[in-house]
Amino acid sequence: MLPPFLLHLMNTGLGPFYDGLAHLFVTPEDLLPVLALSLYSGLRGPRFGRAALFALPAAWLLGTIAGRLFHPHPAWPILSAVLTILLGALVAADRPLPLPAVASLAAALGLWNGAWNGIELARARAGLFGNAVGIACAAFAVVAIFAALAASVRAQGARIAVRVAGSWIAAAALFMLGWSLRRG
Amino acid sequence: MDPGMKAPRRAWPASLPLFLWSAAALAHTRGGEGAGFVAGLAHPISGLDHVLAMIAVGLWGAQLGPPAVWLLPVTFPMVMAFGGTLGLVGVKIPGIEVGIALSAIGLGAAVLFEARPKLGIAAVLVGFFAIFHGHAHGTELPAGANGLLYSIGFVIATGLLHATGIGIGLVHRWPAGRTALRCAGAAVALAGMAFLWKALT
Repeated sequence: MLPPFLLHLMNTGLGPFYDGLAHLFVTPEDLLPVLALSLYSGLRGPRFGRAALFALPAAWLLGTIAGRLFHPHPAWPILSAVLTILLGALVAADRPLPLPAVASLAAALGLWNGAWNGIELARARAGLFGNAVGIACAAFAVVAIFAALAASVRAQGARIAVRVAGSWIAAAALFMLGWSLRRG
Repeated sequence: MDPGMKAPRRAWPASLPLFLWSAAALAHTRGGEGAGFVAGLAHPISGLDHVLAMIAVGLWGAQLGPPAVWLLPVTFPMVMAFGGTLGLVGVKIPGIEVGIALSAIGLGAAVLFEARPKLGIAAVLVGFFAIFHGHAHGTELPAGANGLLYSIGFVIATGLLHATGIGIGLVHRWPAGRTALRCAGAAVALAGMAFLWKALT
């Protein structure tokens, strides 16, 4: 049984960059909010998608470095779940927010989840920059793909499908909050 | 071809066991993902009470038409997850099994009579029933499984059951289909009565 501090880290055997790249795709706690943000910014249009595309990975990179160096208080799971519920609900409601608010949400998500990744890297004594850049690149790729997908939606039925996906993300994040609270 | 390129090619078969070895030794370090997701996906379809209520939500949505056809299935998983969260943090809700049985009766009756309340009232009714389903089923995590992936599988399966109900409900456009849907609603309500009997005895 591996110690708890390795729970969110990948070891692909291909080096820190690929470990970081793979991390996002096997960590639903990180992937769900990124998907929700991508879909929401895409639904709002290409300008919003571009803002999220650059704000999120940059903030994630900074957050990972800050978490690795400064070890902030690890209250991550509960606040991350709340942020994911908010983003999923925004997709489901399809209500507009101003561009600075969407960029701020992207930055907050990146900083917060990135900081937790940084703490885990510190605990595991794993390489910082390769992992951090890998995670940021994965976040960039996910936002690029899913924001573009949502931005290209024209048919009303397809837009509703995206909103339903948002409600599923919010529902899963509510459970995520419950599991976090249960663990204390 | 550059002769220098041949050395790495020759080295590749020799190094293959090393890659295989490292993959086995350094595999993903988390545990229970597959079990959690699959268990969550399978759980809603393992109980007839949940299946019938979920499909009835889709049938009723199809009868009501837009926007209820997608609003009800959006409402249900979110409130169901809220109910599950209440269960996870230890909030007791009395009469869970009775509530689930009543959900089948209520939703089946709504389909049977093609009830057309205001959209808000329909959403509140569906949400009310969803709390019982989330509280009862959303937290039944198998030992060793990943909780979040179990929940994701559970939400997806529930959503797909709604979609199945909506798909079946497309027959509503034909007179015979409308009758068939009402018969399906009656069957769900009757099954609900059987669940209620079982819960009370």
